[in-house]
Amino acid sequence: MSGKSISEKNAPPVEVHDLTVSYNNKPVLWDIDFELPKSQLIAVVGPNGAGKSTLIKAIMGLIDPVSGHSLIYGKPLEQMRKKIAYVPQRETVDWNFPVSVFDVVLMGRYAHLRLFQRPTATDKKLATEALEKVGMADFANRQISQLSGGQQQRVFLARALAQDADIYFMDEPFAGVDASPEDHILQLLRELRSEGRTVVVVHHDLQTVSGYFDWVMLLNLRLVAFGPMETTFTKENLQKAYGGRLNILSQVIELSRKEAFIRESGHE
Amino acid sequence: MSTFWIILTACLAASACSLVGSFLVLRKQAMLGDAISHAVLPGIAIAFLLTASRNTFPMLIGAGAFGLLTVYLTEKLQLRGRLMNDASMGIVFTTLFAIGVIIITLFASQVDLDQECILYGEIAYVPWDLWIFNGMNMGPRPVWILGFVLMLNIIFIVSCYKELKIYAFDRQLAISMGVPVMLIHYGLMGSVSFSTIAAFESVGAILVVALIVVPPATAYLLTERLSRMLMLSVVFGILSSISGYYLALWTNSSIAGAIAVMTGVFFGLALFFSPLDGIFFRKYRGARKELNELSLESGKPVAEYPQV
Ligand SMILES: Nc1ncnc2c1ncn2[C@@H]1O[C@H](COP(=O)(O)OP(=O)(O)O)[C@@H](O)[C@H]1O
Ligand SMILES: [Mg+2]
Repeated sequence: MSGKSISEKNAPPVEVHDLTVSYNNKPVLWDIDFELPKSQLIAVVGPNGAGKSTLIKAIMGLIDPVSGHSLIYGKPLEQMRKKIAYVPQRETVDWNFPVSVFDVVLMGRYAHLRLFQRPTATDKKLATEALEKVGMADFANRQISQLSGGQQQRVFLARALAQDADIYFMDEPFAGVDASPEDHILQLLRELRSEGRTVVVVHHDLQTVSGYFDWVMLLNLRLVAFGPMETTFTKENLQKAYGGRLNILSQVIELSRKEAFIRESGHE
Repeated sequence: MSTFWIILTACLAASACSLVGSFLVLRKQAMLGDAISHAVLPGIAIAFLLTASRNTFPMLIGAGAFGLLTVYLTEKLQLRGRLMNDASMGIVFTTLFAIGVIIITLFASQVDLDQECILYGEIAYVPWDLWIFNGMNMGPRPVWILGFVLMLNIIFIVSCYKELKIYAFDRQLAISMGVPVMLIHYGLMGSVSFSTIAAFESVGAILVVALIVVPPATAYLLTERLSRMLMLSVVFGILSSISGYYLALWTNSSIAGAIAVMTGVFFGLALFFSPLDGIFFRKYRGARKELNELSLESGKPVAEYPQV
């Protein structure tokens, strides 16, 4: 991406205050409060139905909360739409829709275009670059139904890259992705971080959480814990978020610690 | 000459309906066309009663208002009543249609609006339904009305093309980007209502539903790009209109009915012979696959590509 300056204000990228969301009078998020740190890779974990997707949708203004509000760099979302990009879960769209891979990536640029305005040559160039970054340039003219799950995920990622935002919210971008593209995606996320962007990822694989991310948010209706990986990704917190299945959990932590250790020593 | 006017009317109706219908089909809301075409009945009836004439513009406005009301009530009922979308739509449009029927039967003596004409239309009489402007014969009125509505649809789709595309493909993303989704949504529903009512008068309620759903569905089977789907849906609408007219002449049957039959015939052909996903070619490709000859270069849909 072109070296666009990340908003320099002192306000945190995202702050959420007293957020409560419910569907049909049944709360799915209860009194959530947090501030995201700048330029970090942040994982959101929690069991199925914990409200992870709902949290992102509420911040993106796709669901009206019962109470509470969120701010983007200290301002209401409406003024900051261009600064914030959303990668929905892959299943939310119809992959048989008659559009090409390139068309989908170009949609990322719509955030910067006015009503009636057509995408310009620059927009098309940025979309092409984003496709190259995710290694999907050869697929530009394919219809999206012809892609595998991992390729669909990378197209969504390219669309978000083309959006050139400062904050990214990604809902399970690793779901259905094989090991080698997963490394590729992780590489791209780290690149975004090194450019000063803040990346929030809903992640389902507890084993890789501590190896991939800097911060972790444990969620289950309430905000169970949120902070840097070392101090927050603990047995106690996991137990609070996931309930009593301690045995499995402690094994997961063992494993993920080992994996992180191997990764780190492997890098040396 | 009357043949020309009838076919032109059918082609204009088909084009207007297919264009907006394409977006309904893509949003998996094809039956919304059906719902709107029924729910606008009280709008037409009220406009009829208030103006005591068959003047089309009050009718367009009445129909447009009730079309949007259908969409609005359906969405509200779905949210409030915790109902499925199709259930709440069914409740709203049958209720509105029933109200329309009651209004018409109550005032039927005063109104020249019969139910037969609403269901089947009266396209055969189009050449004699003339628009006399300043004592000048301007040609059949339905041609002007449908031409006007078609123009509106084209202007709407061309000017809001990118918004319509992202709205139909990924509504949540569109909202998250600040695209005025509600404006596009109600703009489209307004266009559907206008097209429905304009076409309805000449071709009847049943053909309207066929024109909104079937040519777009046919085009959907044959193409991988939205722009081509829109164009192809118009092409199939026009082909169905022309062939339907001659089918009706040949079998001495209802023109509207024959056109509806032809939309179905083209859909069937596409279903079997689509080079993309047709049953015929899928079989053929299946055989080729067995021979291990399927090449990725052929550009045909393949579920999984080997990872690079
Ligand atoms: N549109 C909806 N209507 C009603 N309930 C919903 C809706 N979306 C999600 N839920 C419920 O809200 C809870 C949280 O869902 P979600 O945020 O998708 O969880 P997660 O992403 O953590 O798996 C779940 O119990 C789910 O069933
Ligand atoms: Mg989810």
